[in-house]
Amino acid sequence: MATALLQTVKLFCERDDRVLIRDLDFALQPGEVVQIEGPNGSGKTTLLRILCGLSDDFSGDILWQGEARRRVDSEFRRDTLYFGHLTGVKFSLSPRENLRWILQLKGIPPHSPGLNDRIDQALSNVGLYSYEDVPVYSLSAGQKRRVALARLFVEPADLWVLDEPFTAIDRKGVTQLEGLIQAHAGGGGSVLITTHHALDLPTIRKLQLGLGRGTWQIQ
Amino acid sequence: MADPIVSQPLRAEEVPSMWSGMMAIMKRDLKIAFRQRSDMVNPLFFFVMVIALFPLGIGPEPSTLQKIGPGVIWIAALLSTLLSVDSLFRQDFDDGSLELALLSPQPLFVLAFGKVIAHWLVTAIPLIMVAPILSVMLYMDRDTVWVTLYSLLLGTPVLSMISAIGAALTVGLRKGGVLVAVIALPLYIPVLIFGTGAVEAAAMTLPYAGQLAYLAAFLVLALTFAPFAIGAALRISVTSQ
Repeated sequence: MATALLQTVKLFCERDDRVLIRDLDFALQPGEVVQIEGPNGSGKTTLLRILCGLSDDFSGDILWQGEARRRVDSEFRRDTLYFGHLTGVKFSLSPRENLRWILQLKGIPPHSPGLNDRIDQALSNVGLYSYEDVPVYSLSAGQKRRVALARLFVEPADLWVLDEPFTAIDRKGVTQLEGLIQAHAGGGGSVLITTHHALDLPTIRKLQLGLGRGTWQIQ
Repeated sequence: MADPIVSQPLRAEEVPSMWSGMMAIMKRDLKIAFRQRSDMVNPLFFFVMVIALFPLGIGPEPSTLQKIGPGVIWIAALLSTLLSVDSLFRQDFDDGSLELALLSPQPLFVLAFGKVIAHWLVTAIPLIMVAPILSVMLYMDRDTVWVTLYSLLLGTPVLSMISAIGAALTVGLRKGGVLVAVIALPLYIPVLIFGTGAVEAAAMTLPYAGQLAYLAAFLVLALTFAPFAIGAALRISVTSQ
């Protein structure tokens, strides 16, 4: 078996004296989509935050391509895209400026060839054509989420960590996103996703949390 | 889904350039500041008002005002820095861009440094520019006004750096406002002593280079170490929520 992209070894996490996850041994292979399921408060977001390095509140090991994540932190962060409840979109900037800045943060040189065309293309892909230069605060709630979702079209990353990406997105957008996730997995990328939608994807593994006292199940 | 215009995927740099990361966050913050001008105008207005209130409260005798002038200007600068610093990381924390910054391949101290520089440019520079006018209002002579300017130029970046540490530590708390003051104010004291010291010495036509040299030393110290402290504090605030 090839080296897993992301692997957890005996991951344990408790919050406010409640064990959320006990001894999670889980490996995410390249090209795989894993949906994390569970009722509200079962630790889905907590797990995602731990996996992408936004929370240190755990014990156990996390491996990135077979090496301790701590040691390959910079590579890990370069190759991971996190999309959380808070999108990091600045309301007083335009969608174009927002994407440009997020890409620069990721280490994309600001003068990469075709960067501006790509950003515009990504924005039109998420249905924000002709909204590129309006300040984000004048957009609707769904459109604000879409500004952040445009990252999926331009930001280079092997691993996508998506926390409830379908919030405030219309049905057509959900279908488009599913296609995008599938295309990403088809190209060898991996996706970790939490959602209450029934995902319409042919191959998907499910990690069930919240089965009581930190137990879990992989289907 | 439309075809991508360029077929080659974008590549992130193997080792991201720290300079471009810092410039990126600085430019972004400056752009935001110029669009939401209240963040810029409020500290300036506060600074002018506090200084304008002193002659009204104490009385307009030139000798008294001349004597308290340096202290008044410095304390007003100090308080207005404190007032503006609470918003430094708050918005980024609330909208999630701090999380993005934490997950970026850039080291966090570089981004924190860029943010503080941008913050200093939009809050302290206007304050330094109006300081000479206010100094004249407090009956300072021309040489003293210049020294006030030098001392503020050297001292306010130190104040920004120190208060940014406090702001970074408290950004995760729901109500961190007073705590920033409690953390930062004691650390302001050396800057205040040497800042007012330089201006007072100049007012008495004594040599003031020593005090300015101390301020410059504080500045070098703050620029060297504070970004690391700010970065570490931000990491704690984000990861422990």
